[in-house]
This record gives sequence, C-alpha cells and structure tokens, in this order.
Amino acid sequence: MACISADGTLTVQARLVLTAFQSPRTPEDVAATTDIALFRIRGSLRELVTAGLIEQVGDGYRITVAGRQQLAAPAA
Amino acid sequence: MTTEAITTPSLPRLGSPAPSFEAETTFGPLRLEDFKGSWLILFSHPADFTPVCTTEFLAFAAIAPELKKRKVELLGLSIDSTYSHIAWVRNIEEKFKVKIPFPIIADLNKEVATAFGMIMPGESKTETSRCVFVIDDKGIVRAMVYYPLTTGRNMDELLRLVDALQTADRHGVATPANWRPGDKVIMPAPKTAEDAAARMQAKGVECTDWYFCKKAL
Repeated sequence: MACISADGTLTVQARLVLTAFQSPRTPEDVAATTDIALFRIRGSLRELVTAGLIEQVGDGYRITVAGRQQLAAPAA
Repeated sequence: MTTEAITTPSLPRLGSPAPSFEAETTFGPLRLEDFKGSWLILFSHPADFTPVCTTEFLAFAAIAPELKKRKVELLGLSIDSTYSHIAWVRNIEEKFKVKIPFPIIADLNKEVATAFGMIMPGESKTETSRCVFVIDDKGIVRAMVYYPLTTGRNMDELLRLVDALQTADRHGVATPANWRPGDKVIMPAPKTAEDAAARMQAKGVECTDWYFCKKAL
C-alpha cells in the first residue's frame, strides 16, 4: 500500500494527494499545478477512493470527511 | 499421460498496445494505464546491487530531467522484491549521492517480465535482460531495444530515439541514420507519378531523387 501504512497511518504520498484534493479537481489539473506526477496521482487516487478518503465528484475528485479526519491526525 | 498446453505469451509488437499490467513498485501499486497521456520508457535490469545496473540507474536518473521535458516517464523493473529495490536505491543515494526519481516494479512473480518478453532463457532464466520499451501517450509500443546482461545501455541513444519518434509524430516525417535534433528529416516518398514530379520541383526541399528528399524543420 502506497497511501496507508500497515499501522493505518497515512504515507507521505497520501498526505500530498489528500491535501491537493481539498476541493474538487481533476488529476490532470493537480499534476499541472503541483510537482506530483500524473501517474502517481492516479495510483494514489485508486487506493484513497477504495479507502473512502477521496470521492469522485463529476469528472474530478475531492477529499471526504474521513479523509480530512485522517489528514488531521498526527503523521507517523 | 496428460498433456499440458504450453502457452507462449504473445510478445509486444511495434505499433500495438502494450500489455496492460498492475504491479507493485517502489512508488506503490501502479498500472500501465496510470501513465496514459505521457510517454513511458519501461526498462528492465537483471538484478539490484549489481555494478552494470547501478551505472545504468545513475545514467537513467541523469537523463530523467531531459525525458521530463519531452513528457516521458521512466519505470524500471527487475525480479527483485520492493524491499530489495528500496535498499538498493537508498544505497545508490548514499554512495553516489544520486536520488532515483522513478518507480521500479518488483516483479517477483515475473508476470510483467513474461508479458513483455524480458526474460531470455539463453542468457538467464532468473533475471531479466536489459530491455527497453518506448510506449507512447496512447499506450502503443513504439520501440523496443534489447541489450544483453553484459552491456550497459546508451542513454544518448534512448534520448535520440524518443526525439526521433516524437519528431516523426509531430511532423509526419522520418529520420535518417544517425539523425540528431536539428538535422534534416526525410520526407515521405510520393505515392503517385505526378507527386514524384512535383516533389523534384518543390522549394525548400533537398532531393537527391524523387524518393530521397530531405528538408529542414
């Protein structure tokens, strides 16, 4: 798992992606405005959507309430 | 006696879609489709913590910024574990002060290596050879390069190859032997006698004969 560690905490990559999707955005938009490569965003989104931390909204994605709670928790 | 069907995986073909995959990498699970919209150089190396491979990783890391300018991502692969890959890239960073900026597939079950024909049993049944697949932004295999275990790859040639492919796409031309960016390119041969005659009269075109014409871009 690239986004959620074995102990349930978020990885560095997950924190970056969750932070980037505070409001609904497309992966392409995030890749164009951050240093995160598009392929990494796509891979992370798959995992974060499955974990319920990101949700799809139209053509874009945004962080969920659970995602915000996880992001607010102390980093590992 | 039972007979078991021996299935030979169909190998990638130039101009055909690259075999899709999902694999564990040093950047987490990735699929081929995650790279859609970018070009991709998928390359294999025989094993972590080996000297030729280490020189190649240093060289791939060195050309990564140039590839990025051309919208090309890098993705390595070997039949080693993620932990081995992580230990090796950390060792490279410690000993050579170079950060490896691309993911590496941990292909322990050889699924991706088999799908791409990266294992050459005549050389080794347990290691991947030095294969390079240039896959375009639509997921089509555009070039394949195979080097043996003993011989490290030439990064200048890989950059040249990418430049040539992208130039061909952008301008509908071909590139001659030893072409470099800035050199004249080959115009597609005319398909009719009238076009052949017209080509010889065309301005800004250097024709040795009707089928052999070059132009500057």
